[in-house]
Amino acid sequence: MSGGGGPSLMDSLFQRTLDDLIKGIRLHLPGAAQSSFISKSLDEIRREIKSTDSQTKSTALQKLTYLHSLHGIDMSWAAFHAVELTSSPSFLHKKTGYLAASLSFRPSMDVLLLLTNQLRKDLSSTNQHEASLALECLSVICTPDFARDLTPDIFTLLSSGKNSIRKKAIACLLMVFSQYPDAVRVCFKRLVDNLESADNVQTLAATVGVFCELASKEPRSYIPLAPEFYRILVDSRNNWVLIKVLKIFAHLAKLEPRLAKKVVELICDHMKQSEAKSLVFECVRTIVSSFYEYEFAVKLAVVKIREFLLDSDLNLRYLGLQGLLLVAPNHLWAVLENKEVVIKSLSDVDRNIKLEALRLVMSMVSDDNVVEICRVLIGYALKSDPEFCNEILRSMLSTCYRNVYEIIIDFDWYVSLLAEMARIPHCQNGEEIEFQLIDIGMRVKAVRPELVRVGRGLLIDPALLGSPFIHRILSAAAWVSGEYVKFSRNPFEIMEALLQPRTNLLPPSIRSVYIHSTFKVLSFFLHSFLLPGKGVNSSLSNFVDIEPGFTYSESEQEFTEIDHATSSSGLNKRDTFTQEAVVNMLTLVITSLTPLAESHDVEIQERVRNVLGLAQLAQQEISCNHDQKEKMVDKVDLKTSIIIRLINDALSEDFGPVSFSAQERVPVPNGLVLEENLSKLDSLCADVQLSISESFSLVKPILLPTDGDSISNQQNEEESETSPAESMSLLAEHRKRHGLFYLPSDHNKNASSSFPPANDPNQRDNDVEDLVKLTEESLVLKRKPSSSRPRPVVVKLDEGERLPITVKKTDENDDLISGAVRDVLLGNEASLRSSNPSGRRKGESHSKDKVENSETGNLSKRRSKHRNHGKNVEDKEENSEKSKKKSGGRHKARRRADGGIDVAVQKQVIPDFLL
Amino acid sequence: MIHFVLLISRQGKVRLTKWYSPYSQKERSKVIRELSGMILSRGPKLCNFVEWRGFKVVYKRYASLYFCMCINQEDNELEVLEIIHHYVEILDRYFGSVCELDLIFNFHKAYYILDEVLIAGELQESSKKTVARLVATQDSLVEAAKEEANSISNIIAQATK
Repeated sequence: MSGGGGPSLMDSLFQRTLDDLIKGIRLHLPGAAQSSFISKSLDEIRREIKSTDSQTKSTALQKLTYLHSLHGIDMSWAAFHAVELTSSPSFLHKKTGYLAASLSFRPSMDVLLLLTNQLRKDLSSTNQHEASLALECLSVICTPDFARDLTPDIFTLLSSGKNSIRKKAIACLLMVFSQYPDAVRVCFKRLVDNLESADNVQTLAATVGVFCELASKEPRSYIPLAPEFYRILVDSRNNWVLIKVLKIFAHLAKLEPRLAKKVVELICDHMKQSEAKSLVFECVRTIVSSFYEYEFAVKLAVVKIREFLLDSDLNLRYLGLQGLLLVAPNHLWAVLENKEVVIKSLSDVDRNIKLEALRLVMSMVSDDNVVEICRVLIGYALKSDPEFCNEILRSMLSTCYRNVYEIIIDFDWYVSLLAEMARIPHCQNGEEIEFQLIDIGMRVKAVRPELVRVGRGLLIDPALLGSPFIHRILSAAAWVSGEYVKFSRNPFEIMEALLQPRTNLLPPSIRSVYIHSTFKVLSFFLHSFLLPGKGVNSSLSNFVDIEPGFTYSESEQEFTEIDHATSSSGLNKRDTFTQEAVVNMLTLVITSLTPLAESHDVEIQERVRNVLGLAQLAQQEISCNHDQKEKMVDKVDLKTSIIIRLINDALSEDFGPVSFSAQERVPVPNGLVLEENLSKLDSLCADVQLSISESFSLVKPILLPTDGDSISNQQNEEESETSPAESMSLLAEHRKRHGLFYLPSDHNKNASSSFPPANDPNQRDNDVEDLVKLTEESLVLKRKPSSSRPRPVVVKLDEGERLPITVKKTDENDDLISGAVRDVLLGNEASLRSSNPSGRRKGESHSKDKVENSETGNLSKRRSKHRNHGKNVEDKEENSEKSKKKSGGRHKARRRADGGIDVAVQKQVIPDFLL
Repeated sequence: MIHFVLLISRQGKVRLTKWYSPYSQKERSKVIRELSGMILSRGPKLCNFVEWRGFKVVYKRYASLYFCMCINQEDNELEVLEIIHHYVEILDRYFGSVCELDLIFNFHKAYYILDEVLIAGELQESSKKTVARLVATQDSLVEAAKEEANSISNIIAQATK
């Protein structure tokens, strides 16, 4: 006798209690000691939990629950024991079991099936505390199976006489509906009944809470209930309830303007009278987000917002700013009215408030005030801590870039602003500035002289080379100076800047951009010297022909004149291309670059050798010429001249932005299988790819989507797409790997839809910026560009360049729920249309009936059958619903007629539902 | 709705976690790490709202404990702040000026009380009295069960002698 009971008795006598465990954990220092203590305790628990004594088991489970919820220890292995304890007759053990279940159970666990019967038993228990344990547990771990099997029990509890049970059952419904939409057909009517019975505030609050959540997902179905909600809005004095009802109306009013008209004054009354800030704020939010057409209401709301803004409570100030942000899209005046407060909030102590203020400031930006606002913001950026400083810069950059620099009129100013940003000590937005400098260079021809001037300023400053954050910007400056060197007043100076000793601080990828720019500058210089009045001039005059009358033409004409003039006018400029200067430059190039010819970096090495080759050739010939002193005659026939002419021809071609659909327009030749041989390449290169793409600099790195979902979507897309699209993605892939060889203009920001990761705006920068973008987009898009002002041409490509609109996919489940709700509501009220053909409904109710009855029979087999059946019906209904919506008003009359029959059929059926 | 409730001590120790939306264990510990870093680093007398992954976290510090609740963007922050205060008041009344140690050694009671305040991520009872009454009745049920268990174990102990 003692042999069998011995160990378990010993266990229970000397078992560590929960207190012992907690004290033990607190005694051991965090780290190795503590975790070894925990694992020792776990071993004990494993032994104790198998005990036949339910007290021992319960204590063990309680300890395990503690470890699970506060130390993240896995307890899925003990799930069975938790189920066991829920069926204990002792309330203590039952409670422990349920606590463990609700904290640790997952929908995927097999053991859940074992809990169904116990839940049912407890739900129908006469002890309300047992029922509430079961309801609480169900509200957390509800699965489709639970929801389906327990719907009848919850239905019963919905009209329980005990309020504490009824409200819990109501709150539970939300979970049940989301797991098993068919439950709507059973329980919805009673849920509505609870809305009408105003005897208990708590049940009403719970009911309104459920409707609030449901309506936030798919509001349309709940419009028929508007009279009920209206009554609550009028009668209720409970702020919790009112806040939820306001939320519901915020959703409904968007769909039904007549409703809005009816409630708007009521909401204003609440706003005026209420003492509770939470309710006032909810009124404000409801008005400005859904009732913004009612001027008087908005005015009142803005008054309240202003009160919030001027309050000493930081929370209210924060909410005030949020309210303004909501008003901004439709009533910008409200923001402008409170401009000072907003600007002042930029230097608040709380970072969150600063961010809100920044968003608001950005929402005010338009083409009229962008200069002014940016000036203010730069001032704040200089004063702020590094983190917020970068936040400001980022918002400015993204706002100005929006819709391809829509709000920028004076590009000369904007380019110098970019340079100014680069010089802000904490600037970490090098990548974005780099991108925009190059992008503007390619898109806006008129700004190139200024761009070169700005680029020179950046390049020439040796101090900037020391800061790694600015390297990317310098890379852009170097590229711009090389590419548009013809606008430079002093190419020699640029050459010096590009070759200054401190460039050895640059990473190789950027250094190679520098070296390539020296190549361009050198060839321009030689060309101007050897072939004056030829290629460069013609290209320049072409330029003028294309875009006459812009700011740059002044400086250009200067050049043209100089080059044409053989006499001594403009001596200084002429001097630029003297023989001496050329020789000096060649010496400079050769002496500075020769050491790099042995560089370990291939990019640098290759480019250096190119430059050196040209320089050495030119040096030989030109210094020979120098002796003969016949330069003017022979220059044209030199070998160098021929080469230079060729190089210059190659370089003189203008880079422009490339449309992302360009590749798609190229037809795939017959018989060419694009996937062949290449598909394997992808998997082979997968590892290498990342590291390679990092080392190139000119193209913005493509951010891969972080969640597995979109990756798989992308894969699916790639698999299913036809060959042109396939080639697009391969191209993009290639571009990613060999970024440097592509024009920086094919910026991934503007990608077309065929390469999802690159064009998703959400993945570009951090959340805040996106939010700023979002809030503003709606504001600025509506503004008409003031066409009267001269604005340089900004090259835009076809619509493919624009960011694609992401389509929001609604949850399938929500559709199912709202479909069912509509059926129930419309069917019962008989006043509106019903969309179900009557025959189908009959079948439906039939199956429902069986589910109800199956309670008693052997469950599992039939259950799955019915479930499938139900699902199918749902699906079909969905389809029919949709197709009807599409077909519009034509069938309205017929639908009405259908509705009549429908209701008749339903009336026969309903009693079965309602027990 | 409230997606989860966290109680974190000033030292970053977790004192209570309740999840109303599905999060895997891995996500849970990540969330706790992220949020405690974010919230504990905020100075005193700042606003009580933090934006986080498209949600809002409303937090309030009581003595050495931070009470945090995560809600949707469009939910009412002030309302949640009141819920937090409501819960704290009930705890305070139950334990008699509650302190962190009370919650450490009675973690299950903190859960039971929370379960009477919130269900499915919604406030279910705005009356402190009602909650106190319900919790007290449950406690008495537990006590009765304990006594019974003790007497049974006495019987067993005697029988095995």
